[in-house]
Amino acid sequence: MAALSDSRLDPAQARVDVVLAAGQGWTHELTAGDVFRIVDLEGNQAVDTLFFNARDTAERYSATETMRAQGNIYLATGTALLSSEGRPLLTIAADTCGRHDTLGGACSAESNQVRYGLAKKSMHNCRDSFLLALARHGHGLTKRDLPSNINFFMNVPVTPKGALTFADGVSAPGRYVEMKAEMDVLVLISNCPQLNNPCNAYNPTPVRLLVWPES
Amino acid sequence: MSSSGGPEKTLVLAGGQAWSRRVRRRQVLRLTDDAGAACVSALLFNADDPLERYNMADTLKAQFTAYLTADRVLYSDMGRVLCSITRDTCGWHDTISGCGDGATSRLRFGAGRYQELRNDFHRNARDNFLVELGKHGLGRRDVVANVNFFVRVGVDDGGGLRWIARNSKAGALVELRFEMDTLVVLTNTPHPLDPKPTYGPPAVTLSLFEGPGPESDDPCRIFRAENERGFALTEAYVAERKGVL
Repeated sequence: MAALSDSRLDPAQARVDVVLAAGQGWTHELTAGDVFRIVDLEGNQAVDTLFFNARDTAERYSATETMRAQGNIYLATGTALLSSEGRPLLTIAADTCGRHDTLGGACSAESNQVRYGLAKKSMHNCRDSFLLALARHGHGLTKRDLPSNINFFMNVPVTPKGALTFADGVSAPGRYVEMKAEMDVLVLISNCPQLNNPCNAYNPTPVRLLVWPES
Repeated sequence: MSSSGGPEKTLVLAGGQAWSRRVRRRQVLRLTDDAGAACVSALLFNADDPLERYNMADTLKAQFTAYLTADRVLYSDMGRVLCSITRDTCGWHDTISGCGDGATSRLRFGAGRYQELRNDFHRNARDNFLVELGKHGLGRRDVVANVNFFVRVGVDDGGGLRWIARNSKAGALVELRFEMDTLVVLTNTPHPLDPKPTYGPPAVTLSLFEGPGPESDDPCRIFRAENERGFALTEAYVAERKGVL
């Protein structure tokens, strides 16, 4: 596990301070220099997240660029979250969890059918939240704009022999991750409603989202 | 001749080149690494609706794997099987480490411009993808996490990534049996983690032939219960496309 690091920013000074219930989507535009914090209020809650260059949304978060550039599959303090053009969208400045996933993707009605049973199509899922948030945001973003995402606070270990599992979380109540925007960034979040695996400890819970302007 | 005895279309994909075409359901595409140490990067789309495309995460988590080999399938983001890996003499194909671009190419091999090198210039995977996707009306929004055939990037206990040399020996081949009509986009260009200091991706051979469909006990279908459901969703979609109720 990566070294933990905390932040001195005061929530009372935040420009944005909202609680996002489980099963909800959210978009927000950050200005370069802003600091963005996600707090896992009750512990082990997966927060499915994508970032876009707000001025040119065809440039977006790339899981493969990010992992390859840092030579590691787990995201932690110091990780530059790279775009499809190899440029940093944000960097992780503080992290009290220690490991975040970017291999597991987002759940969808269809992937739930494959993974858990054809009758699971009706269950709420992250891609539905992404699609609704993008539709409400406007600007023409669609399913085409959903590449592999980040799952903050989620634990998807890979073994040297190439096995991959969704494991019990390593997060806990109050743990957070904080990022500095390196350009103007559109944030897209689904607070994950998955009930079929341990990614939310079988109990999806709210998260707190805070933004501070550049100090 | 193909392994099924029918006609076979073969072409050589030279180093640096890209290729795309529609491959129909039940056709088999064989990639052969003639010289060894190749890297063929791939993106796949539903040929009739490219909004549906290969999805790395759904492929990996449905099969509890971090790599691709025989008996595993490549899932789209719609829970369907684009193709099955019916034969693999290499043993490990990567899908977590992405592909190179102009910046990674210049860093390792120098400028490599057309102006000086003419048609030996250093083509890279991302630019090749964008050119080939552009021919189908697709572009930057469609470049998602890709497959790297013949490549192995290892993951250690701490999550560290490491290039595994000599993963693919001369003559290694992999066969993909398509379960849906699929737009296949390939580029034969260096992987950015390959430490080889000079630009010179080896040629690979592509063969396309008609194959039999999967039986009920097909190894890819029964690899996991997840795959049986993936095949069921795929077959329902194929019927829908044919206008069957």
